[in-house]
Amino acid sequence: MEEMISITIEDRNGTRQVIEVPDGISLSLMEVLKASEYNILATCGGMALCATCHVQVLEGLDGLPPATDAELDMLDTLPDADNDSRLACQLKIHTDMQHAVFRIRGAEE
Amino acid sequence: MTTTDICIIGAGPVGLFAVFEAGLLKMRCHLIDALPQVGGQLSEIYPQKPIYDIPGYPEVKAQVLIDNLLEQIAPFHPTYTLGERVEQVSKQEDGSFVITTNEHTVVHAKVVVIAGGLGCFEPRKPAIEQLEEFEGKGVAYMIKDPERFRDRRVVLAGGGDSALDWTIFLANIAKEVTLVHRGDTFRGAPDSAEKVYQLAQQQKIKLILKSNITRLAGMGHLQEVVIAGPEETTTLAAEHLIPLFGLSPKLGPIADWGLQIDKSAITVNTQDYSTNVEGIYAIGDINTYPGKLKLILCGFHEAALMAHSAFKYVYPDQRLSFKYTTVNGVHGF
Ligand SMILES: Cc1cc2nc3c(=O)[nH]c(=O)nc-3n(C[C@H](O)[C@H](O)[C@H](O)COP(=O)(O)OP(=O)(O)OC[C@H]3O[C@@H](n4cnc5c(N)ncnc54)[C@H](O)[C@@H]3O)c2cc1C
Ligand code: FES
Repeated sequence: MEEMISITIEDRNGTRQVIEVPDGISLSLMEVLKASEYNILATCGGMALCATCHVQVLEGLDGLPPATDAELDMLDTLPDADNDSRLACQLKIHTDMQHAVFRIRGAEE
Repeated sequence: MTTTDICIIGAGPVGLFAVFEAGLLKMRCHLIDALPQVGGQLSEIYPQKPIYDIPGYPEVKAQVLIDNLLEQIAPFHPTYTLGERVEQVSKQEDGSFVITTNEHTVVHAKVVVIAGGLGCFEPRKPAIEQLEEFEGKGVAYMIKDPERFRDRRVVLAGGGDSALDWTIFLANIAKEVTLVHRGDTFRGAPDSAEKVYQLAQQQKIKLILKSNITRLAGMGHLQEVVIAGPEETTTLAAEHLIPLFGLSPKLGPIADWGLQIDKSAITVNTQDYSTNVEGIYAIGDINTYPGKLKLILCGFHEAALMAHSAFKYVYPDQRLSFKYTTVNGVHGF
């Protein structure tokens, strides 16, 4: 059976919700957030070009694959990005995300 | 005041192509865009990306498509107001419209076409308490006329390509240029980053890394910028602060024009892409209807149908007969 990945999402107002996603669904965190009706713009559709899918990794940052230059470059354009900032569209749903906690930071729709 | 047949709000691909469709029917257009350049999302977000679903182009770079559109509409001599946001659209007693921008430009038109895409691209603002107080008094988020900074002391903030590019450009114009960046490296375009490091080494600019601007001060106009670094806090004398943290789209003033809005988009009649206000049309990403797809291709189609319907407002006494461009060619004016 497919492993279920459990991640926690903290919305802009601080409310937390656990989301269970099957491993190997080949979606990005941005796509999962959109499908879960979170309010994020994701203007560029996941090309690391708009930074509107900005999330802060509250727990589990070290387990995630490192950001590519394109992602780091985009994060550099944000006034409020920090060392624990990532772009949700660049994070593929994967077991390395198990139990991670993400806070939504990007601009609202 | 500019007087025209059609005032197009938004100079993205769809607004630009609307000039062509209107021009074929002898209607003149004026375009207004909040950005300093035309091209909408294509020029602002992905100029160098290839697009694969424009009919007749197996592959075309976004900026090339925009350049081609400009060439295609050139015979119709559209006029432009760029770098200004439309704030107000008010209907006159005779059915025409008066359109007003944030910089008090006024356009009088028989028809309004909203091609506003995802809305206005608004600059992302850093969290500095006095920032808004100094907007227009030294703080600007866009560089419309670099000459304004000649012999001035300018602080730029940001770490992306536009912060790097403008730092390099202003180094030759301003009296003093300082670039403040939160990070300790620039990961954007390596060439521009290299150039910025060189300029700093030659002491042509000041580069302050791992730092954030925390406070602004001045009497009526910006005079000082306070920068907090890992070890110390510096106060710099400067007349201008330009935070460059990219843009994010917001529906903006369009929401206040009495139009029917559904989830940040204007609902339209798919017969001609008219809105609930007679004489106002909405085309491209800004509109919504059952089955809507936010594609450039769909916006082009909407522009053609809109133009045929708008004709009756511009030429109430004339009948329109449909003609192919292959039959008559393109006759500019
Ligand atoms: C990364 C990316 C890739 C894409 N790839 C494709 C693709 O392959 N194929 C495809 O068909 N589509 C693609 N799209 C979508 C496509 O870019 C949009 O459908 C298209 O840009 C819509 O054009 P538009 O003219 O309606 O609006 P926009 O391009 O959004 O332009 C609208 C303009 O209106 C201006 N504006 C808004 N409100 C105001 C106001 N009040 N006053 C003044 N100006 C205002 C804005 O500043 C903006 O410049 C992509 C989009 C992105 C972000
Ligand atoms: S969706 Fe645009 S950067 Fe992630």
